[in-house]
Amino acid sequence: MTIFDKFQQLAAARQQLEQHASDFFNVVVEEIISGTEAIVNGRRMILAGSNNYLGLSFNADCIEAACQAAREEGTGTTGSRMANGTFSGHVALEKELAEYFNRRGTIVFSTGYIANLAMLSTLVGPGEVILLDADCHASIYDGCRLGGAEVIRFRHNDAADLEKRLRRLEQRNTNVLVVAEGLYSMLGDRAPLADIVAVKQKYGAYLMVDEAHSLGVLGENGRGLAEEAGVEEGVDFVVGTFSKSLGAIGGFCVSNHPELNLVRYASRPYVFTASSSPSIIASTRKALQILSTQSQLRQRLWDNANLLYSTLQELGLALGPEVSPIIAARFEDMQEVFAFWSGLLQRGVYVNLVLPPATPDGRCLLRCSVSAGHTPEQMETICRAFKEAIG
Amino acid sequence: MELDAKILKEILEIIAPFVPAGQQVSEGTDMVADLGLDSLKVMKIVENVEDSFDISIPLNILPEVRTVGDFVMQIQKITGEG
Repeated sequence: MTIFDKFQQLAAARQQLEQHASDFFNVVVEEIISGTEAIVNGRRMILAGSNNYLGLSFNADCIEAACQAAREEGTGTTGSRMANGTFSGHVALEKELAEYFNRRGTIVFSTGYIANLAMLSTLVGPGEVILLDADCHASIYDGCRLGGAEVIRFRHNDAADLEKRLRRLEQRNTNVLVVAEGLYSMLGDRAPLADIVAVKQKYGAYLMVDEAHSLGVLGENGRGLAEEAGVEEGVDFVVGTFSKSLGAIGGFCVSNHPELNLVRYASRPYVFTASSSPSIIASTRKALQILSTQSQLRQRLWDNANLLYSTLQELGLALGPEVSPIIAARFEDMQEVFAFWSGLLQRGVYVNLVLPPATPDGRCLLRCSVSAGHTPEQMETICRAFKEAIG
Repeated sequence: MELDAKILKEILEIIAPFVPAGQQVSEGTDMVADLGLDSLKVMKIVENVEDSFDISIPLNILPEVRTVGDFVMQIQKITGEG
């Protein structure tokens, strides 16, 4: 017996998948051409599964800001935020995020994953309860597990089920944190946030919303689902990432609770991680400026989302319940989805192939994400590839 | 703690649709090794049990559950807590 025996099941599963789609484990971006195009396995591809919603990863001003910061401040901070890793840029970005969200405070983290890990493992502990939507991201589940709170799922997007669970907890007289997402990453559906806020207020719970996929995408100013639904006041904590609409990497939490600042001192994922490099912070600050002032990017994003959703709908594909920049086609049969995915690759279009158990209901997904950076010609190519691949 | 026969019977009924045809299930049956239940099926069973008993089952208890009997024991603890 070896420590590797437990991986044999994975090895067998991988071998089986390779027989159906040899490309699945070999997607390497050999050359990145722009925010929407790359050379993948020797072939020029339109990237239609990159989460680069506003196309800012190649924005000239963001790149210049990153270059300048690297020249002036070096390639890395080589330290934790609690030690030598808080530069003036980190503090400035926290201030700018707080202003953008109209919140009292912000903590910036090194990744979105760490933001969830840090907040959930620290805010709620033994004897307290987290109620999370069943379809929440793995980083939320992992953060819950790390903190030692009691963790209970409620049915996806079901505020009535949430209320039932809050009611059951009433007599325990304990702190409860409800967790939901703005846009769910697999099917692109929104949380029923107004209903969730009403329920959490009725039972005196706290609410955290992960706006990772909805920042820059939803709301008049791009602040996410809480802004779009008009319930920002009812959301205690907003977490998010810099790795999608802001085109970099990093995470944050904003809140009006003044105690947010204390989380820094208690959160191991915050304390024991090196802080973001100056170039990342600089490009993110620039991207935040663009996101908050250039609403035309959001309009272009939604035009592209509407076009692809309606095209795939006309083709008879089983899609998520509503239009969003995340457009996922569901397949029952694994061989069928592999063939479709390979067909898109052959036609120069890369989308995400997502397999159970990473999918919400055990079905296979072709998950597309459109970008404001997709040109009309690229959108036409993507739509045509789907039409041809469906046969 | 003794297994509650009534709870065991109800749990067996809830698990039955997820069990391969012809497979016998008892309190000693391993839910993963014997029944091959994946995480999605386990969570569906958990939801059905929650509805049936009007309880919420914390994810934290699941690592303690290997057999059907373990699961029944955990439900007894939760329902016993009121």
